[in-house]
Amino acid sequence: MKNNLNPTLPASITCPACGMLCDDLVLTSTTPLSIQNACAKSITFFEQSFHSNSSNTAPSVSGKTTDLETAVKAAAAILAQSKAPLIAGLGTEVQGMRSIMRLAAASNAMLDHMHSESSVRNTLTMQNGGWLTTTLSEVKNRADLILAIGTDIGTSHPRFFEKLVWDSASLFNKPSPEVVYLGVSADKAKSATSPEGKLASAVGDDPAQIPEIVNALNALLINKKINAETVGGVAVATLQALVEKLKAAKYAVIVWSASSFKFSHAELTIQSIVQLVNQLNETTRAAGLPLNSGDGDSSVNNTSTWLSGYPTRNRFVNGKPEYDNYHFSTQKQLQNSDALLWVSTFNPTSAPQTALPTIVIGRPDIKLDRTPDVFIPVGIPGVDHAGSMFRMDSSITLPLKKLRNNELPNLSEVINRIEAELA
Amino acid sequence: MITLLKNGKLYDPAHNKNGVVEDIYIHQGRIVPKPLDNAKISQTYDLSGKVVMAGAIDMHSHIGGGKVNIARMMLPEYQQKQMQEIKNLSEPEAHICTPYCSHHATPTATDTGFRYIEMGYTAAFEPAISPINARQAHLEMGDTPMIDKGGYAMLGNDDYFLRMLTAKKDQKAINDYVAWILHATQTIGIKVVNPGGISAFKFNQRRLNLDENHQHYQVSPREVLQSLSRAVHELGIAKPLHVHCNNLGAAGNFETTLNTMTASNGLPMHLTHIQFHSYGTEGDKKFSSAAAQIAEAINKNKNITADVGQILFNQTVTASGDSMMQHLNAKHANPKKSVIMDIECDAGCGVLPFKYRDQNYVNALQWAIGLEIFLSVEDPWRIFLTTDHPNGAPFTSYPHLIRLLMDKSFRNEAFAKLNLDAQSMSNLTSLDREYSLYDIAIMTRAGASKLIGMNDRGHLGVGANADITVYTDQENREAMFAKPDYVFKNGELVVKDGAVVKVVWGATHTAKPAFDIGVEKELKEYFDRYQTIGLDNFKISDAEIFDDGRGSVVVNKN
Repeated sequence: MKNNLNPTLPASITCPACGMLCDDLVLTSTTPLSIQNACAKSITFFEQSFHSNSSNTAPSVSGKTTDLETAVKAAAAILAQSKAPLIAGLGTEVQGMRSIMRLAAASNAMLDHMHSESSVRNTLTMQNGGWLTTTLSEVKNRADLILAIGTDIGTSHPRFFEKLVWDSASLFNKPSPEVVYLGVSADKAKSATSPEGKLASAVGDDPAQIPEIVNALNALLINKKINAETVGGVAVATLQALVEKLKAAKYAVIVWSASSFKFSHAELTIQSIVQLVNQLNETTRAAGLPLNSGDGDSSVNNTSTWLSGYPTRNRFVNGKPEYDNYHFSTQKQLQNSDALLWVSTFNPTSAPQTALPTIVIGRPDIKLDRTPDVFIPVGIPGVDHAGSMFRMDSSITLPLKKLRNNELPNLSEVINRIEAELA
Repeated sequence: MITLLKNGKLYDPAHNKNGVVEDIYIHQGRIVPKPLDNAKISQTYDLSGKVVMAGAIDMHSHIGGGKVNIARMMLPEYQQKQMQEIKNLSEPEAHICTPYCSHHATPTATDTGFRYIEMGYTAAFEPAISPINARQAHLEMGDTPMIDKGGYAMLGNDDYFLRMLTAKKDQKAINDYVAWILHATQTIGIKVVNPGGISAFKFNQRRLNLDENHQHYQVSPREVLQSLSRAVHELGIAKPLHVHCNNLGAAGNFETTLNTMTASNGLPMHLTHIQFHSYGTEGDKKFSSAAAQIAEAINKNKNITADVGQILFNQTVTASGDSMMQHLNAKHANPKKSVIMDIECDAGCGVLPFKYRDQNYVNALQWAIGLEIFLSVEDPWRIFLTTDHPNGAPFTSYPHLIRLLMDKSFRNEAFAKLNLDAQSMSNLTSLDREYSLYDIAIMTRAGASKLIGMNDRGHLGVGANADITVYTDQENREAMFAKPDYVFKNGELVVKDGAVVKVVWGATHTAKPAFDIGVEKELKEYFDRYQTIGLDNFKISDAEIFDDGRGSVVVNKN
């Protein structure tokens, strides 16, 4: 692919590779790739974006290369024939999602994000009892204790510790926070090793024991006696010490990642974490921080909510939105639906296996496990075109920038053209 | 192309027109003088007997940004339930449904625009944009069709400002920062919510009184109010500092409110949703109406304006920047859930559902207190009609509220159904005042546009933007105001018989006072060192609001 670097390259760029949305990256060269303030994930993302040897830069219908107009018409024909298409993947940012919402309303489609198996657990918790949460600048300036449950944070959000924990610049003269891992396997617990070599403390290393341990912490926090030596393989005395630390902290931040919880009914454990935060706030300050999974999940859920009243998993029936975060899952709807539109613009994630008529719209190097009925390559947000994206904590929306010129259309343009064909 | 609106009865308080029969001519979106006799009139509407007002302006309504979206996300059951209930609605609540209709307290962005314009409102202002969240607020308002919009940026709990106060920076430095915030966030006014209190909550202070110090910054809410009201005044923007007082919703808070009125040292100040700040501690239940004291103080202090934040009985959700008081009130949430957030050393938020019931003593008295204030404040130019949407009730209940103000027997019938203990604690039935159409036009049009500083909105004079609403004069004021005959937006007919006939997109109103750009030097260092986004990304460009031509930015000058 041509790499015509935008001659007016922005001084700093926003990286959509994870939910932290770092906006201090400086791109100095694409061949070889050179970026200041990069992390492992951003290097992979931009390397793949600039250097993937993809031949898929032209649309195709049934595997045959064609022009955009023919592909748009073919996609519209599939949607027009469908009674209730499934629009899934949804790897996009705000502008792309705005277009998709209009198309979904026009085509009675169902909407599900590729990471909603995880995000739904958080949404369920929030809808059940609410929560008390915080944002990244509060963590950086205020946190004096970070308890990470079931996640090393660094694998999914690589610059978390560099930017928010070890950076000594903070507004309120606080010490560098202590980091405690709960239920994180020993091989992963190195993410939080400070530049001076200080290791994070670890409470338990078996992720499967997290539900039991969090419940025990809740019991101890309200002074219930536990008649056992150990809970979830951890000495009760160790748990009691952790509770004392949480109570003594001025601003403890409890971090979890719904996608790292591999046990069933993880939403109950998230509720239990929220309860811990709530109880701590009876006497001191503490807050939760759910990590997101990526591929624009925060952007998609926020946009869907202000446009339909619901986050994903939702659908339109005769133009009216409906919501069911259990039944409207991709896995279930692949059985019930009669067409699939798969969208993935940030990562080359392939569509799920299905015999349904399938339209794929995504990065040119998207994996095509099966030749889709229609394939339309589009630009990568934050590389090929501008956009708006929500950070993991949802309070911040940042502009994504255009870094190079090429002939790829962006997702909104393609979706709008398909919608126009349907009208 | 000239449009003629013929023989309407004009209620245009900006020009002292109280039911005067006159013609209005519209050309290129504006009201123009009567053209020469040979000019071609392309369209004429015969409005004989009809009531004609400028489009209404809601000066305080939570229509966009993080809090409202959290409320939507947290409460899918409202939307689902209302979908069922809509079938049972009777006139005048019923209206013609659009495909997106939702009928509940947190409508989607699309519904928000439709519901407002169907009631003859042509502009609404989001009063609580936390600067760091401004982009989301503008994205949502950008997806709100039909009406003009704008917002007030929240300051006074942001670390940068509080730090300046502690360091006793001179007023010019404060003014430059405030002006910079208005530009960066594309807003038209400045709001302060629980001055200092949202920040204090992050330091584990649970209440903050007007003259009590924030334990970290060692400054008081009064100092915050003094500094910000002076900055707003000296920058010359029209909208006075928008103040959500300390001690929201707490029994006995009326004293804080009375004292707050003195905090600006005579400079203009607007106290918002004042109903929630007018509570005494008398009676067996230690909760009473202080509406009389509050109204008397407003009548006396001519620099003070207020909007009411009337509650009406039903399920709604309260969405506030006041994380301190919302955390305290979370135990009253119904259903029992709440989202509380600390945000970026800048702001906070608290969202909790609430069900106001007429048989609940406190709720019934809240209802009465709001109406007592409406009826006891003498100058309709200084009191504004709001429900603090959605906190007191959804904005779709305005027609009902207008009837309560205009129709004493209707009001007294409603009062007679309240909790009996609450009835015995209110003097509402002794207040005989009935608002006139002219009063309503002041509160919802002329007064609101004057307050916010939109010179070409809220009136029907030559040069005004042709945002015009036409009603049939009906004895049932609720029915009348729920369903206008015609609404014109920028001179185009967009609503006929209460239903949208054309989809249009309004402008975003801003104020951009001059300031010293040198303020950015220190701000950039601050952002680089302490914040998690860059200064340049904090700022919202005009291009972001233009959004491929759908939106536009209006810079209002005074």
